[in-house]
Amino acid sequence: AKTFTLLQSEAVFWNGKDLEDLRVDGRGCEDYRCAEVETDVVSNTSGSARVKLGHTDILVGVKAEMGTPKLEKPDEGYLEFFVDCSANATPEFEGRGGEELGTEIANTLYRVFSSESSVDLKSLCINPREHCWVLYVDVLLLECGGNLFDAISIAVKAALFNTRIPKVRVLEDEEGSKEIELSDDPYDCIRLNVDDVPCIVTLSKIGYRHVVDATLQEEACSLASLLISVTSKGALTSMKKVGKGSLDPESIFEMMEMGKRVGKSLHIALQKILDEEESLGTSRQKVGFLG
Amino acid sequence: MAAVSMRLPVARKAVGPSAPRGGEKHLVAPGDTITTDTGYMRGHGTYVEEEKLIASVAGAVERVNKLVCVRALKTRYNGEVGDIVVGRITEVQQKRWKVETNSRLDSVLLLSSMNLPGGELRRRSAEDELAMRDYLQEGDLISGVLVQVSPSLVKRQKTHFHDLPCGASVILGNNGFIWIYPTPEQKDEEAGGFTTNLEPVPLSDREVISRLRNCIVALVTQNLMLFDTSILYCYEASLSHQIKDILKPEVMEEIVLETRQRLLDLEG
Repeated sequence: AKTFTLLQSEAVFWNGKDLEDLRVDGRGCEDYRCAEVETDVVSNTSGSARVKLGHTDILVGVKAEMGTPKLEKPDEGYLEFFVDCSANATPEFEGRGGEELGTEIANTLYRVFSSESSVDLKSLCINPREHCWVLYVDVLLLECGGNLFDAISIAVKAALFNTRIPKVRVLEDEEGSKEIELSDDPYDCIRLNVDDVPCIVTLSKIGYRHVVDATLQEEACSLASLLISVTSKGALTSMKKVGKGSLDPESIFEMMEMGKRVGKSLHIALQKILDEEESLGTSRQKVGFLG
Repeated sequence: MAAVSMRLPVARKAVGPSAPRGGEKHLVAPGDTITTDTGYMRGHGTYVEEEKLIASVAGAVERVNKLVCVRALKTRYNGEVGDIVVGRITEVQQKRWKVETNSRLDSVLLLSSMNLPGGELRRRSAEDELAMRDYLQEGDLISGVLVQVSPSLVKRQKTHFHDLPCGASVILGNNGFIWIYPTPEQKDEEAGGFTTNLEPVPLSDREVISRLRNCIVALVTQNLMLFDTSILYCYEASLSHQIKDILKPEVMEEIVLETRQRLLDLEG
């Protein structure tokens, strides 16, 4: 980022050659900043979630619409990702500045969710070869405070958990024409099983150490990072290296192990908060945006 | 061991106004009418529309005889003679350095104004420029942490260099840049400009610095003025918590409330 041309050596003060687990804000290398999660924040979506991780603020909306299944997967629905880097997030996103980053994030999400076990796409099928549910996942970056990928993946999982897809029945009459009937009860919905939805853990190499959940300053000091997507069971579904610097194979192995460990804790914490929020039911006070 | 803590959002509580000192301030928001009396001259932060004086920034109204202006609460730094500023060198040019000081324009530090340790006099020449690189170069190791806050939160004091009893020193720049660094062992070369400390900082010092940094962030989030006493009281109030927990909203509220209380007791 333009405003943060920090030097690699400043990071050395923070993470030194000696093996001490202390970052500038007192966190250890495997600690996340305090996160706030809220679902069902956008009323005209099938599901939504807002995640605040430090100064990073992400809003995700999921809209379920009927579409035609893809030719090669006739009995499955699918997900479409779109990422909008709002100009509110940082001045660099003014005009079309955020397009490149938005496309990169969307492509990463496609890759993370490309694994067959992430979401049960067969449950999104209505009528093989003819009708299926398409989930349009829209990600909006409200504020950039470092560690975008992790926050976005948490928000996507929370939004998918919150998604309610109306139950439909396909009626076929004598002439063979099909009619789709929507249930009268607005609360009659199907929900997605998000148990195997992966979350992204970004590990940044700063000096000789690897840290998770880097702030903007820490990202500026890091020459290389590894993005891995981990499921709640600790399975790695994809991996991507970013940054100009290089990583030696031993580092990569260490980062993968750290990522799996941290990823499992991330899923546990997220599921706990989602369950807690759900248990509050209608008595929950929605905070939203002006709270 | 990984630590991930997630929580549900909590609606922000409106913080009651702290005890007013020296009378109520006339606070305005952009668009607020300051006065309908046409006898006043308009100063910074105001404009005239339909015979009314309206504020264009959010801040406190200041009146000097017939001049009315609004001093904004959150602005870029406007320098004044005698201020202490902390800056970050962004560029090295021929005879000067470009410095980032959170002001409207980049600041400039001329090579001729640099004081060498020991206070030796030197001739400003081409060799001098090159010799500067012996002291400091791009990529040099700096031991310390910079915290950037709004300039309006730094209280004007007699001195801005403080050696706190907890083991670290701070420089409270008027421009909102705060430099926290480990207190140097000896203080011999007073006449000089800087010391080059290239040793790694011990963990205990780094913990103090991280704690101070988080305390300053907490004070700023709760809009408390920054000066040596407020920072110290906040540091002491935070000792019962782990360093990384200080940034949790409820912990921040708690320690800043304690700091506020101690400061009020000090006055009263």
